[in-house]
Amino acid sequence: MLKIEKVSKIYKGGKKAVNNISLDIKKGEFICFIGPSGCGKTTTMKMINRLIEPSEGQILINGENIMDKDPVQLRREIGYVIQQIGLFPHMTILENITLVPKLLKWKEEEKKERALELLQLVDMGPEYLDRYPHELSGGQQQRIGVLRALASNPPLILMDEPFGALDPITRDALQEEFKHLQRTLNKTIVFVTHDMDEAIKLADRIVILKAGEIVQVGTPDEILRNPVNEFVEEFIGKDRLLQTRPHLELVLQIMSRNPISITEDKSLTDAIKIMREKRVDSLLVVDEQNALKGYVDIETISEYRKKATFISEVINTEVYSVNQDSLIRDSVQKILKRGFKYVPVVDHHNHLVGIVTRATLVDIVYDSIWGEEESQIAEMVEMF
Amino acid sequence: METLFDFLQTNWQELIFKAWEHLYISLIAVFLGIIVAVPLGIMLTRMKRSASFIIGIANIMQTLPSLAVLAFFIPFLGVGKTPAIIALFFYSVLPILRNTYTGIKGVNENLLESGRGIGMTSWERIKLVEFPLALSVIMAGIRTASVYLIGWATLASFIGGGGLGDYIFIGLNLYQTEYIIAGAVPVIIMAILVDYVFSIIERKVVPKGLKGMKEVA
Repeated sequence: MLKIEKVSKIYKGGKKAVNNISLDIKKGEFICFIGPSGCGKTTTMKMINRLIEPSEGQILINGENIMDKDPVQLRREIGYVIQQIGLFPHMTILENITLVPKLLKWKEEEKKERALELLQLVDMGPEYLDRYPHELSGGQQQRIGVLRALASNPPLILMDEPFGALDPITRDALQEEFKHLQRTLNKTIVFVTHDMDEAIKLADRIVILKAGEIVQVGTPDEILRNPVNEFVEEFIGKDRLLQTRPHLELVLQIMSRNPISITEDKSLTDAIKIMREKRVDSLLVVDEQNALKGYVDIETISEYRKKATFISEVINTEVYSVNQDSLIRDSVQKILKRGFKYVPVVDHHNHLVGIVTRATLVDIVYDSIWGEEESQIAEMVEMF
Repeated sequence: METLFDFLQTNWQELIFKAWEHLYISLIAVFLGIIVAVPLGIMLTRMKRSASFIIGIANIMQTLPSLAVLAFFIPFLGVGKTPAIIALFFYSVLPILRNTYTGIKGVNENLLESGRGIGMTSWERIKLVEFPLALSVIMAGIRTASVYLIGWATLASFIGGGGLGDYIFIGLNLYQTEYIIAGAVPVIIMAILVDYVFSIIERKVVPKGLKGMKEVA
């Protein structure tokens, strides 16, 4: 329904804000433009309702060139939501919601009916109609901002970081609510954001822009699995790449299955021997049933070497472990954030079954970054 | 004190007439000022280049001695109420113009963009967004102008414009205190009353939603 063809925006002085962008957007699609500041995402969006006029190329809505339409008329047919909400403080909620219908000269009763209908969509009652924006919370205000864009039932809605100014909890709630709303109403949405989490959560397709050009277009899944270049990878964040390896989900799948352990009745001499043999600096301590008790490390052993004989005397019981069925992303975060060198993995009965070390993480990162590239190269080689 | 009492007893009808004359000279000038300065102020916000130039001219006009301005119009317009009103009108322009300009300029950029984005024409933006949001500032300008003008309208008497200034100048010429007081006190009372009436009007016209808000747009 929306076709962007080779559109560029060149400002006086030759600065190219947007360079030769083409994009086909289907009806009912939720498109997120994302990129660092100055990448042209907002400029591109604003060209759709002619708040900024394209210098080159054309934009078609349902086959109609937007430049052939009166800009005011065009904007009334396209919903528009901005970051700072943009509700008019001197108008009641009713007046704010029905502003576009008012411009379109609807009748008074029609407007009110529509406002009530819309308020219901976001679970707000008719008592809000006569209130003023400053009497509402930030989340409620932005809901009204969204409703205003929906008022005349436009098929296409443009949104410029609409949830950016909200606190994380409200933002989360609104995103969910809005995604649901979009699906029910089957609106086509062009949504500008710089928050990758938001884009992944909301978008059917993500358009990643850099310096006025499209770097990659794809579903969130495609982009996460096959980022086209380093820029996209960086933009997505390594953290997320790890989390989205589709076949790697549970700790069970990545842990190394031979943790080096020792029972607590052994002596310190035994411990040092094992450490030397396995070239490690700490040992997990288990009882006879292989239940995790704690750990000993080389520093403790050398400190108590003369005073203690058995592991049980020097054991450090404050050991952090993860369950083998927990998600990789959680344990990865713990390792990275808390600075652990390793995390023992246990089953439901606290039996030691494996270990995740930083080396394990290196493997995953390696796989997610180069693993598929290698297989792609292999495929290409086969093609020739 | 007694002489003042006597004066009022013999002249109260004339006093009321003079006060009325004074009031309408000032208010007509303010009214003309509003008609000219508000649209001009709004226009100036659309032309950034000339804005400071035109406001500068208005500033200079403000600094001209009022007596000189009144005298200046005599060759063109003669004497009487018309030149007085026109001279006073020039003084009302600046406060209203400046406040209109600042008020409209002060309207939040985001709201304007929001208005543009949902498809308001330029006129609809002025009518529905900028003007209502700037109204309290514009009203403040109008109040200032009207208080000034009621004071300056005393000078209208110099060029035969009438008003309470007549008493003050008679008093000064004849060295009669009661005349001066009879002229000056009603002027003060009138200024206070007019300001009060305008404050009521202001409360009526400024959009309800803006009250109780710390930051006006």
